[in-house]
Amino acid sequence: MKLITAVIKPFKLEDVKVALKEADVVGLTLTEVKGAGRQGGHTETYRGTEYQVEFVPKLKVEIVVGDDVTDRVVDAVAAAAGTGKIGDGKIWVTGVDDLVRIRTGERGVDAV
Amino acid sequence: MENGDLAWVLASAALVMFMTPGLAFFYGGMDRSRNVLNMLMMNFWCLLVMPLLWVIIGFTLAQSGDGGINNWIGNLDAVFLNDIGIADDNGGAIATIAFLGMFATITPALISGAVADRMKFSAWAIFAPVWMLLVFVPVFRWVYAGWLGDRGSIDFAGGTAIHVNAGIAALAAVMVLGKRKGWPQEGHPPHSMPLVMIGTGILWFGWFGFNAGSALGANGQAAQAFMNTFLAAAAAGLSWCIVEKIRDGHFTNLGAASGIVAGLVAITPAAGYVSGMGPIAIGLIAGVICCFAVGLKSKLGYDDALDVVGVHFVGGLVGSVLIGFFASPDFFGGDFGEGLFYGGNAELLFEQILANVVAIIYSFVVTFGIMYLLKVTIGVRVDEETETTGLDLAEHSENAYHESAA
Repeated sequence: MKLITAVIKPFKLEDVKVALKEADVVGLTLTEVKGAGRQGGHTETYRGTEYQVEFVPKLKVEIVVGDDVTDRVVDAVAAAAGTGKIGDGKIWVTGVDDLVRIRTGERGVDAV
Repeated sequence: MENGDLAWVLASAALVMFMTPGLAFFYGGMDRSRNVLNMLMMNFWCLLVMPLLWVIIGFTLAQSGDGGINNWIGNLDAVFLNDIGIADDNGGAIATIAFLGMFATITPALISGAVADRMKFSAWAIFAPVWMLLVFVPVFRWVYAGWLGDRGSIDFAGGTAIHVNAGIAALAAVMVLGKRKGWPQEGHPPHSMPLVMIGTGILWFGWFGFNAGSALGANGQAAQAFMNTFLAAAAAGLSWCIVEKIRDGHFTNLGAASGIVAGLVAITPAAGYVSGMGPIAIGLIAGVICCFAVGLKSKLGYDDALDVVGVHFVGGLVGSVLIGFFASPDFFGGDFGEGLFYGGNAELLFEQILANVVAIIYSFVVTFGIMYLLKVTIGVRVDEETETTGLDLAEHSENAYHESAA
């Protein structure tokens, strides 16, 4: 099993959600995060004084999937979250040793 | 007092009372989220102690007696509202004392914006009432029932007595208190602009009572003061916004709000003395000057957190001095001096400047003294950890925004 972690632009959440549904992924975990990358931050001005916002708001989407569908899901998320502009975010994939569905006690890929 | 006058003074008093919570939101929104409750409490503290202090001793020192030593400070005839009844004047005196009590409440509250984010609440709790008695009351006396007013200077609703007075006190206070940790390298953006905007709305609404109510009657002067309050605020908000658009590239909410308040401050001393296009000119000028004045603190290195000096001191001074140009006694059928633009000589302008210089020196010196005494006795600053984690929790054991309230 793999954990797919995607950090995306907040306004792309709806598109990513639809793409995951089409890829038969039914569960995800969502976190509001802030971060810095090549996009950099932005500047706000209050009474003429500039205030630098270095960390921009993003959403982090986490999905656990079976090994066989990993590439397909990653591609779907990337396609849905992309705008072609700087700041689209990143997706990374890590291995998962075990998974438990708490309600039934199912383990491993059955619990996905 | 006639019934109509009485009704307007009472309504105005309620409007002015609402300004202190309005000011609290105006400042609170500009403050950081971890200190917003401390800011609100500094303002509400004034609503708790000033009304009592005003009727016990403040009013009599500010208004009672006439001539001689009473040109400097009132007598004690009306202490505890002694002998103030409702039989002879239809309640006019009681209504006026309540109305003026609202001014005594909001004037010290104005200073809270300067000391934001770092002043010990126990020190503020003592500073505010002591300042009201030792600074607000004497200056109020000199301007309205004492030697400065007798010389010929005019101040309709409190440009010198309130805004210049509190504004320069704010400067003295922060000079003793010191800079916020991390200022100016670290930015201090407003935590809630919507709160600033609703505070501005409440202030503008209340200010109609502040200025038009200062006619102390339902009459033509009140109507013109009302119109002036309407126009000057709009003009100053507009001119501040235009300066920001040209200089920084955007029309900002904070610029609009700051300009409105600067215009209200500037028209306060002039509200019952100017007419026609005078209020628009005063507003436009005040908006531009104050917009640049708020930048002075970083150049000169005094940390007036929410620009009490740049808006209230500078705005009040601008309005008070401009009376010397725009006063139009013919319009009002009044017996005050004529402004330069209406054929007057420079006498009124001189008296306006003199009154402000006196208020500035007295208020600065005494405020500095009060703050210094507090500093060497109980201390005026919170510790470094409290400043970093926030005053709301450390000083009040409260939290404005619970991330997860469910």
